[in-house]
Amino acid sequence: MEEKILTKDFGLKNLFKIKVYLQQGGYKAVKKALEQMRPAEILDEVKKANLRGRGGAGFPAGVKWGFVPQKTDKPKYLCVNADEGEPGTFKDRYIMSHNPHLLLEGVIIASFAVGIHSAFIYIRGEYEAVADRLEEAIAEAKADGFLGKNILEIGFDLEVVVHRGAGAYICGEETALLESLEGKSGHPRLKPPFPASIGLFQCPTVINNVETLANVPAIILNGADWFVKKGLPKDGGTRIFGVSGMVKNPGIYELPIGTNLRKIIFEAAGGMKDGKTLKAVIPGGMSAPILKADEIDLAMDFDSLVEAGSMLGSAAVIVIDQETPILEVLKAVSKFYSHESCGQCTPCRIGISWINKIVRRIASGQGEKDDVDAIICLAENIKGKTLCPLGDAAALPILSICRKFRQELEGQLSR
Amino acid sequence: MSPEYSELLRQRIAEVIARYPKKEAALLPVLHLVQRETGSISPEEEKFIAGILDLKPIKVREVVTFYTMILRQPLGKYHVQVCSNLSCTLLGAGTIIDYLKEKLGIEIGQTTPDKKFSLSTVECLGACEQAPCLMVNFDYYGNLDKERIDRILASLT
Ligand SMILES: Cc1cc2nc3c(=O)[nH]c(=O)nc-3n(C[C@H](O)[C@H](O)[C@H](O)COP(=O)(O)O)c2cc1C
Ligand code: SF4
Ligand code: FES
Repeated sequence: MEEKILTKDFGLKNLFKIKVYLQQGGYKAVKKALEQMRPAEILDEVKKANLRGRGGAGFPAGVKWGFVPQKTDKPKYLCVNADEGEPGTFKDRYIMSHNPHLLLEGVIIASFAVGIHSAFIYIRGEYEAVADRLEEAIAEAKADGFLGKNILEIGFDLEVVVHRGAGAYICGEETALLESLEGKSGHPRLKPPFPASIGLFQCPTVINNVETLANVPAIILNGADWFVKKGLPKDGGTRIFGVSGMVKNPGIYELPIGTNLRKIIFEAAGGMKDGKTLKAVIPGGMSAPILKADEIDLAMDFDSLVEAGSMLGSAAVIVIDQETPILEVLKAVSKFYSHESCGQCTPCRIGISWINKIVRRIASGQGEKDDVDAIICLAENIKGKTLCPLGDAAALPILSICRKFRQELEGQLSR
Repeated sequence: MSPEYSELLRQRIAEVIARYPKKEAALLPVLHLVQRETGSISPEEEKFIAGILDLKPIKVREVVTFYTMILRQPLGKYHVQVCSNLSCTLLGAGTIIDYLKEKLGIEIGQTTPDKKFSLSTVECLGACEQAPCLMVNFDYYGNLDKERIDRILASLT
């Protein structure tokens, strides 16, 4: 059975061209959704499919769409989160550059289901070439009558605009993304109100990750039951696992949700590079708490990872070998989040850079006896005390590293 | 309005503004466009953009200083940005950075005297499968080692 949904045609030359995409049965899902289904039916199907958000939090997409008020005199917006800043994550880049029309189909169907006529794809500024490709795809889709005015002559209008970010990880957080799209600094907003009621330009807004939306066409064509069977009952479909670090074959691997983590590393990605020994794995992008080598017999789905004290996040698997000092990992994590804190809340702004200073001091051979406890204490005081989840995204992996590798870290303290 | 901005730039700016329901939402795209022409966003550019988008120059300044890709000073012709995040570090980003410093004879954050190269470290570029990797202006280069760096630098003229 063909297991892949999103990447199955990636081997085809010029799949990004609408001509090739149409030959593969492209835009059939849009035709089916717009010509044969009512918006409420689409919403129902996506809800039944248990399509959970691929951006990090795993919120069911259908439920999110259902929160948007049906009757409102304001315009509604769709924002596609293509910021892809979570270290270890590169899957959305593959979807957008190999299969941009698949994403556009998802955007069109979601917009039709929710009653949206204006969508923005917020893409990180570094993905310049990918953004250009998306713009070409949008122009092609428009020329073929899948975007713009009176799509498929059913009286539905939709414009899609590609909006380039400018180098700020925090703009991947959904409310910071909205602020950034409005032409401001990326400072997250306090929630509630949630974007579904008050979002972009104070209007009802749906925000979804690229991979989430790219799954929608297959759900429309094959039905919710088919999609659920690809994955797990409460967590349907596949995930694109992005494997990086010390493995033989780093890359993307689309596999059923619930695939065993050991299998992903040792079978899909070919095992450890250069005969190295596994030390630890970050299973869901840098915000996910670390797993030790003996903790990787795990099903990679949202609920199993929460149970294991980590998270599936963006499904970015970072593989760390024995020779890498765990302090290096702690340094990278604390450096990244201290750099990317937007500065609005004190625990995040001060706490993380303080941790980073201690880590750098340890690395320079000046570590002091209580340093690991000091880091734990600081991280505990960030956890749960910040406006947006970036605080936790920093504190939780740091805590897990300190607790699981305390002995190794303490071995590096000289005084 | 300063006269030295090209007609094409002004045209592109007008096109971009038309895509948004509110003018100020075009700020980031306009900053990108202007920076592409001028190399950086100086106070003069801030005023120019503020004028076009009906914003106070201080609002533009706030945004300019928030985003790392918006430059306040022009850099060298080639901006070499090396990823120093985890996946790249695991595969030797540290060595790559040291080698680049040595080859270019500059530290991180500096520009060569002939204004050809500027060197920075950046956070994850979203190309971790090609670690260690870097970006020169908008072009990605992955699977780096010393030889590949020699070849890349030699190709930039
Ligand atoms: C600090 C931070 C950074 C985030 N970065 C991204 C990102 O780069 N891409 C993304 O899709 N979601 C990111 N998210 C998650 C979004 O806030 C949001 O949950 C997601 O876009 C919703 O889409 P989904 O339900 O389809 O996953 C980030 C969240 C936080 C807290
Ligand atoms: S937790 Fe950090 S990133 Fe989030 S709003 Fe507060 S300071 Fe900004
Ligand atoms: S860690 Fe270097 S590109 Fe992601």
